[in-house]
Amino acid sequence: MDEVLRAHHVTKRFGGLMAIKNLDVQVRPRSIHSVIGPNGAGKTSFFNCITGFYTPEEGEITFLGRPIRGLRLDQIARLGIARTYQNIRLFSNLTTLENVLIGMHPHLHTTPFDALLRTPRYRREERAAEQEAQRLLEFVGMHGKEFAVARNLAYGDQRRLEIARALALRPRLLLLDEPTAGMNPRETENMITLTRRLRDELDITLLLIEHDMRVVMTISDEITVLDFGEKIAEGRPQEIRADPRVIEAYLGSAAVEGHDRPPPVGNATPPSTPTA
Amino acid sequence: MTAGLRSAVQAGLLGGLVAWHASLVGMIEAFHNRRLIGDTITLGYIWLAGIVILTAYLAARHKPPRMALLSGGIAGGIIGLSLVLLAFLINTFDLRAILNAATPNLVELITFNLGVTNPLGDFLPIVVGACVGVVAGGLAVLPGTWQRTIATALVVTIMIALLRDIFVALLPDSVGGFFFTSRGMTIPGALFLLIVMGVLVWLVASYGLPGVQPAADAATGTGRLEEPWKIVYLAVAAAFLLTFPLWSGQFLTNVTVFVGLYIIMGLGLSLVIGFAGMLDLGYVAFYAIGAYTMALLTSPEVNPAPWSFWAALPVAMLTAFLAGVMLGMPVLRMRGDYLAIATLGFGEIIRILALSDSLKPFMGGAQGITRIASPQIGNLVLDSPEQIYYLVLIGCVIAWFVAARLKTSRLGRAWMAIREDEDVAQAMGINRVTAKLLAFAIGALLGGMSGAIFASFVGSVVPLSFALLVSINVLALIIVGGMGSLPGVLVGALVLVGLPELLREFSDYRLLVYGAVLVVMMLFRPEGLWPEAVHRRELHKETVPLPETTEPVTTSTSVSTSTSSVKD
Repeated sequence: MDEVLRAHHVTKRFGGLMAIKNLDVQVRPRSIHSVIGPNGAGKTSFFNCITGFYTPEEGEITFLGRPIRGLRLDQIARLGIARTYQNIRLFSNLTTLENVLIGMHPHLHTTPFDALLRTPRYRREERAAEQEAQRLLEFVGMHGKEFAVARNLAYGDQRRLEIARALALRPRLLLLDEPTAGMNPRETENMITLTRRLRDELDITLLLIEHDMRVVMTISDEITVLDFGEKIAEGRPQEIRADPRVIEAYLGSAAVEGHDRPPPVGNATPPSTPTA
Repeated sequence: MTAGLRSAVQAGLLGGLVAWHASLVGMIEAFHNRRLIGDTITLGYIWLAGIVILTAYLAARHKPPRMALLSGGIAGGIIGLSLVLLAFLINTFDLRAILNAATPNLVELITFNLGVTNPLGDFLPIVVGACVGVVAGGLAVLPGTWQRTIATALVVTIMIALLRDIFVALLPDSVGGFFFTSRGMTIPGALFLLIVMGVLVWLVASYGLPGVQPAADAATGTGRLEEPWKIVYLAVAAAFLLTFPLWSGQFLTNVTVFVGLYIIMGLGLSLVIGFAGMLDLGYVAFYAIGAYTMALLTSPEVNPAPWSFWAALPVAMLTAFLAGVMLGMPVLRMRGDYLAIATLGFGEIIRILALSDSLKPFMGGAQGITRIASPQIGNLVLDSPEQIYYLVLIGCVIAWFVAARLKTSRLGRAWMAIREDEDVAQAMGINRVTAKLLAFAIGALLGGMSGAIFASFVGSVVPLSFALLVSINVLALIIVGGMGSLPGVLVGALVLVGLPELLREFSDYRLLVYGAVLVVMMLFRPEGLWPEAVHRRELHKETVPLPETTEPVTTSTSVSTSTSSVKD
């Protein structure tokens, strides 16, 4: 099997509006695959189709060879797809540790009866879960903040906690929706490193939506460009950088006609204000 | 300056309106018949003083000291003035045709028995109102610890005076004679109690209880009990609860049994509302199902081969559990208001089924079912309140155990996640169908247990016992105690079920006071009397963000552009 995730002719409509049109995407194992495109191009809709928030009207999505279209959110999560959200969606009144423990839910097996009787099995499992949660928090660099309330965390920490919570699901595929939105250069740098470590150390395949072209070009193994719900280009960063259709989508057709050599897309970053 | 005064006048006028209302519904006059402290301070006066104190306190809050005293005085004086006006009005026009409670007695009460024709009688209420207002205004500028100390001491003293009969019965005559008169408390007794309570509360407020670790962050954390002290407190509580019926007398035990039944229900509903965040307004249905199952199985009236209590109890609980699953399934997709209305309907359906004529041969219709079995151990039949008390106590302990252990378990975390954000909870692999159904069903099981014990204790079930009001009472006690908080359920049940039972003589005004208490609670302490940490966080959002983690995420692979740019 060559791909972790495969979207095949996926179409998602909202009334008359086609959010995604006949989309084909293949994500190779252990790759960092970026989805880019102007605002409203259907990137987040695509994420929602993969994770089960939306069910596409047409086409099929397979994950590790298994069709997942039409499965419930929790079923898809249990297969090994985790995600973060463009506008951070933590369990904001709970502590950092509780957030991560909730992510571990599918991997814990004790029943309510075990909990009532505090069986050795239950205690063992809870202790192991807490240790694993601590490890994950350490991995994303949030050691020592286990009992902080999520809402009170600084912005960068909230993003990191969302990743730790997603990791608690032990995903094979992790979807990051604008992980560096609203971050300063230092935080962005840290996030790039963290993303790479997820792939290299944890063997997780990453699919990410990102607006910051510098980040996209630095870390992506593969880039898919969407515009008005359609795929207009796909390839390695250097191919995408030179693709006239991409430049046109971002800057309008005048930009292509006016120059002999298209400017590098890296400088043509669209307004990278966080849309959250 | 003028803005401050204007707000004081506004507060006074509003307070005056409240005082008019309380007077004209007959509350003040009815309460006036109850002498609380000495011969002059009656419950009616205390009630009016309460209105003045609350109004003046609100008018004086967040103001500089002199302004606070002035505002309090003005607000209090205006309330006094409005009452004098009311007295004039009643004296001049005969309002009794329209307003039943506008009696000459009310006029006498307002003017301190001097009458409106006596200038002193017109003047005195205003002066007293202003004085009480100034004192309350002064309270508002004191530090928080002092405010809490004085308020608690006052409330406790008034409560003890109100519950005189119970304390007189418990105390030896020599002690009782010092504290209590034939109707209420003696003045020296009340002063003594006030001072002792004040000192006690102040000590606890400033130094904490021995062995209680104060929370690191008062706004979001809760205190913790240290290990050896925990055992001491538990032992004292256990001794108190186990010996309670031996010294408290039958009346108090009877009331406590009802409080206990509501505690079991409160803990059950707490699972549904407090933990999983599903607003269930039909909870009485499960109480009714538990009670009717017990009745149908054990009463010789409807069952030719009646079961014993112990055989019927688990069946009643299981029936309620299954009913919880059945109710849960259709309403799973609903949230918030829609869920509330759907469950409300379910509660009514059960009551109306029990009441219906077509089911009368089985369920007894409006007459209900009588001769329900009492629990029996060997030859001992548990039918007195003292014996049922222990049964209810065991029920409460079980319910507490279930709620407390589930709360911190995997399932409890899933409930919290669903309450916080249902979609994200699902995307974390939580099956919302199972989690929600379990919350409904376990809550229903506890409600059924409470209902089954209730049926056996009372010996009969009638549809009237399962009105919507029961659901609302349980919900209210959870809110007053603190959403999702288990000790809060205890406090809430004592305040909202125990107190009204003890103060039966004022039952006409029960719902009015109930409503007022809920409104005041929601305004000043929305998190409840004994709040739970997560819900308190939800209601106090103004906390400061923590500083960013400083340690770098990276180990060696970092592309450190930021450091190189600093060098430039």
